[in-house]
Amino acid sequence: MTLIAHPQAMQFDAPLPLQSGAQIRGYSLAYETYGTLNADRSNAVLICHALNASHHVAGVYPGQERSEGWWDTMIGPGKPVDTDRFFVIGVNNLGSCFGSTGPMHVNPDTGRVYGADFPVVTVEDWVNAQARLLDGLGIEQLAAVMGGSLGGMQALSWTLQYPQRLRHAVVVASAPNLTAENIAFNEVARRAIVTDPDFHGGNFYEHGVVPKRGLRIARMVGHITYLSDDVMNEKFGRQLRNGLLAYTTQDIEFQIESYLRYQGDKFSDYFDANTYLLITRALDYFDPAIRTEGNLTKALAAARAKFLLVSFTTDWRFSPGRSREMVKALLDNHRDVSYAEIDAPHGHDAFLLEDPQYLAVVRAYFERIASEPAMTDAPVVRDLPAGAVL
Amino acid sequence: MTDRATLKIIADLVPQGSRVLDLGCGDGALLDFLQRERGCSGYGIEIADENVLACVKRGVNVIQLNLDQGLKIFEDDSFDVILQIDTLQHLRNAETMLRETARVGKLGIVAFPNFAHWPNRLSIVRGRMPVTKRLPYQWYDTPNIRVGTFKDFEVLATRNRLSILDAFGLQDGEVRRVLPNLTASTAVFKFERG
Repeated sequence: MTLIAHPQAMQFDAPLPLQSGAQIRGYSLAYETYGTLNADRSNAVLICHALNASHHVAGVYPGQERSEGWWDTMIGPGKPVDTDRFFVIGVNNLGSCFGSTGPMHVNPDTGRVYGADFPVVTVEDWVNAQARLLDGLGIEQLAAVMGGSLGGMQALSWTLQYPQRLRHAVVVASAPNLTAENIAFNEVARRAIVTDPDFHGGNFYEHGVVPKRGLRIARMVGHITYLSDDVMNEKFGRQLRNGLLAYTTQDIEFQIESYLRYQGDKFSDYFDANTYLLITRALDYFDPAIRTEGNLTKALAAARAKFLLVSFTTDWRFSPGRSREMVKALLDNHRDVSYAEIDAPHGHDAFLLEDPQYLAVVRAYFERIASEPAMTDAPVVRDLPAGAVL
Repeated sequence: MTDRATLKIIADLVPQGSRVLDLGCGDGALLDFLQRERGCSGYGIEIADENVLACVKRGVNVIQLNLDQGLKIFEDDSFDVILQIDTLQHLRNAETMLRETARVGKLGIVAFPNFAHWPNRLSIVRGRMPVTKRLPYQWYDTPNIRVGTFKDFEVLATRNRLSILDAFGLQDGEVRRVLPNLTASTAVFKFERG
């Protein structure tokens, strides 16, 4: 059965205080829901997105042939996160370029496009905004919050900011903070964007241009770090596009160059430069242990949820060791936690791909959630939120 | 080793309500039993994908780790009981793991195939490595890289200053306390730091 997705938006008038001390008002969040909220509203699952994703998690838009949902392998009818049982919510974060209020929108305080003035948003701010979306949908407690990479950070943050509002957290290919190497990659990407002559200090919209060169390079750097050396070698090796060395430093010679340029071009066509800066900063800033002198065990003491953590052996950007740090902190706090270290060749990207063991573990975990008392008594459908569809 | 009688005998060694760490927990059957029948809580450690999946299906906490990399993820004295049921014989660093067990848990329970069981002795006398129900592998393909006896473990435990609180043999789901080194295919030890 095909899952049909309908984008929706929720408008918020009350100002949202941000971690930086700034606040944002008159903002909207784009979201999609899949499946049906049960009578006691206990089967909701919130999906948090990673760097360049959106609220469009799964399914097709009416008339569309193929799903462009970024987690279509994971979410849908009969999928590991089964929308026949769960009411799944995909939400687009503040500052994004996919529908939620972001740098290209008008600031109600000034009447001008935010551009470079869009406030810096953090993972904690996003979680607060998501909590307000749940309020709007009438959902007091989530069966689970789930996310990969930056989405996993949001899931972790949920367990600390709103420990009573979720029963499970599924944290995939993530980390309790970025390493210096990771921040370094983000910085290279940001410098590529801000030094693009078309960037205009972030106010490029007014100039009718887009810093595409910067975005291309940012994406190329990012893309390299999401793959593993083995996968890249297997896919491209040292293959030459035209079979012979051309002795040029300007043109594409190796297949990998062609691939990276293609990925960079594609990205620069649809992604907003200011959004990229904001989101990579949110990644850099995330560090729940900052208030506990770097002690993650103390930082995670507030969590009440049950956890499933998943990492991938060849992921060097969010390595298994980083997931084990979170596992250790949860063990120290006597929390319920399971951890699967998936032997997958694909690097960080593996969390979006179809690895059978990975999908089976998540499926088994969600089957357990579905069989818990909080979800077993009330299969009756009652007053759906507007626009909720299967 | 997962038949119900054996499960019950091992579980009886675990105090009610204990916080348990099961090293090499397999499909999680013992932990599941301890949670349901004896009010225990805890975690299993497993390396095999299919076992990790089986544990998640059962609703048992499982951490996928390679025990040969040690137990540094666990703090001193952080568990009431550490179980090593049919695990020790697969570990390269069996002695280190035993010491780690005593560090992390207040109580250790170990079970492993007793190589001195009489059919094994008979096989050796006949000049061949034993292949039995309990040790079903040929010498060249066995995953049991540490073969020891009931008596050997007593020596190793003493050497590491562990006090043995209880020790017996297991044969066909029954406890053997008379001549366990000769009459039982499985050796079981309960110990604490000396």
